[in-house]
Amino acid sequence: MRAADALGFWLGALRGHRSRSLMLLLAIAIGVVAVNLLTGLGAGARAFVLNEFSLLGRDILIVFPGRKETTGRLPPLTGLTPHELTLQDVQAITQLPGIRRVAPLQAGQMEVIVGNRNREVLTLGTTRDFFAIRQLTVVQGQPLPALDPEQAEAVCVIGGKLRRELFGARPALGEWLRAGDRRFRVVGILGERGESLGMDFAEMLIIPVASAQALFNREGLLRVFVEVRGPGFLDRSKRLILAALKERHEGKEDITLISQDSLLSAFDDILGVLTLAVAGIAAISLLVAGILIMNVTWIAVSQRSAEIGLLKAIGVTAAQLRLLFLGEAALLALTGALAGLLLAETLLWLGRLAFDLPLYAPWWARASAVLLALGTALLFAWLPAARASALEPVAALRPPGAH
Amino acid sequence: MIRLRGGSRSFQLGEQQVMGLDGLDLDIAAGDYMAVMGPSGSGKSTLLNILGLLDAPSAGEYWLQGEATATLSEARRAQLRSQLIGFVFQSYHLIARLTVLENIELPMVLAGIGAAQRHKRSSQLVARLGLGDRIAHRPAELSGGQRQRVAIARAMVMQPALLLADEPTGNLDSQAGAEVFSLLEELNGEGLTLIVVTHDASLGARAQRQLHMRDGRIHTAAPQRALT
Repeated sequence: MRAADALGFWLGALRGHRSRSLMLLLAIAIGVVAVNLLTGLGAGARAFVLNEFSLLGRDILIVFPGRKETTGRLPPLTGLTPHELTLQDVQAITQLPGIRRVAPLQAGQMEVIVGNRNREVLTLGTTRDFFAIRQLTVVQGQPLPALDPEQAEAVCVIGGKLRRELFGARPALGEWLRAGDRRFRVVGILGERGESLGMDFAEMLIIPVASAQALFNREGLLRVFVEVRGPGFLDRSKRLILAALKERHEGKEDITLISQDSLLSAFDDILGVLTLAVAGIAAISLLVAGILIMNVTWIAVSQRSAEIGLLKAIGVTAAQLRLLFLGEAALLALTGALAGLLLAETLLWLGRLAFDLPLYAPWWARASAVLLALGTALLFAWLPAARASALEPVAALRPPGAH
Repeated sequence: MIRLRGGSRSFQLGEQQVMGLDGLDLDIAAGDYMAVMGPSGSGKSTLLNILGLLDAPSAGEYWLQGEATATLSEARRAQLRSQLIGFVFQSYHLIARLTVLENIELPMVLAGIGAAQRHKRSSQLVARLGLGDRIAHRPAELSGGQRQRVAIARAMVMQPALLLADEPTGNLDSQAGAEVFSLLEELNGEGLTLIVVTHDASLGARAQRQLHMRDGRIHTAAPQRALT
């Protein structure tokens, strides 16, 4: 039998049983769409999260007060620790070798008032270096001035969104605002950089750390950002910081150090497993499609037993007959898989347009969805096809009821 | 052309062993025209299936054109069915989704014959059997007689030497049945070996040879000239 004729025969058989073919096509396509869409969403979410965290920079260490045995998880933001992180600790870290910049961070909610507008705002107390470490861009004015960390000064930098909310269309630079019981002069305005690490800088108020300590009436720092001279210095710096702070804290290791890599690898693991799990669930739908194919092929064999008998009578071998049935299933699976792939890609594309997320199905998901569809189709068509080829033409051809 | 010696075929029906064919000896020469008659269950169809290589005898030997068939591979049997034997069935067994022309060409398609050659052979047959205006129709749109003519065309398209017809007129009225017989006899006149299973004694009587069967055995096989 020639290839073109075989193709014609398969197509004819599929067209001849239109509703059944369409049903199977749909089942396979849905399975493939499910695999690709879900892994696409998973991979997109993963890429999004990783991208968020990578804003932190590869040579940044974060020092938290309190000891956490496990790495990669954020310690509680509040909690009793035997020793708080202090500005003296920051000073000590600054003097260690291999360190480029150190920025303390103090934070709290504060009511900010300008004229008759007021707003509850997350207020950060830090130093000029924080702007470099977190790569904050000041679109107007200056960052915080370079001060001794322990020196309070009544200046502030505000986020772009906060500026809009407090000052409206009026110029904000050089104006005064009231935060809690103090007044600060706006020296800089941040760009609308948006969220990073769960912080939306566009809505924040940034003041010198000593001012924040006074404002919140709290000595202990929330955390300390350390930028080392390069990613290669990370491990050594970790050890040095731990040792230095242990000495300062009476021999207790009561801080936690986190780097982007440890955070990322934890998230990457979780999200990777999640994507796989989701892909697995979707793969089950393909398996279901496969079982549907088996059922339908089985029915087809019964319904078409006369045709099978006839084909044998006019000289088709058992192997050819298997090929005819398997080819039919493969053609169906391939068409369904490609349709599903196309649909999934279209949906992901629409998703990218709508949500600005990197929604791409990974290549392995596409390939394995198509292969799985083809595999299940062939596997589940094989049994009925083998039965078809074993069918006695005598039995197959006998008119019903005749002897 | 056909030599059957001690041809037997037993079936297992529950616990009972049923002899569909019981030690049958048969010789058929090329160009013969034989009618196989007998009551239901007498082994007519079993004989036809064995002669057509659709079934194999459980005992005895069968030579087709001098070739012993007992040891043939499945592929070779399929090849012989394709090239040497044509089948015509009581219920036509046309494939409903295919057109008349596609049904007729199906054996050639399966045998891997190219489109040009297929067209040449099928158009000859179509013209001869008067199906010219029906080639694009589906079998369901044809009358019984027309359907059987399509089935005969399909059986003949591979230019077989042997045509096996199993109750070819069983579903037809007497006029259409007579027409189908005339067509088969015409083909026989051109050298085709023709074996027809039939219930109809008057149609069976038209054959050169009658084989009467009962319980898987030959009842009488008196050679008889056609009644003309």
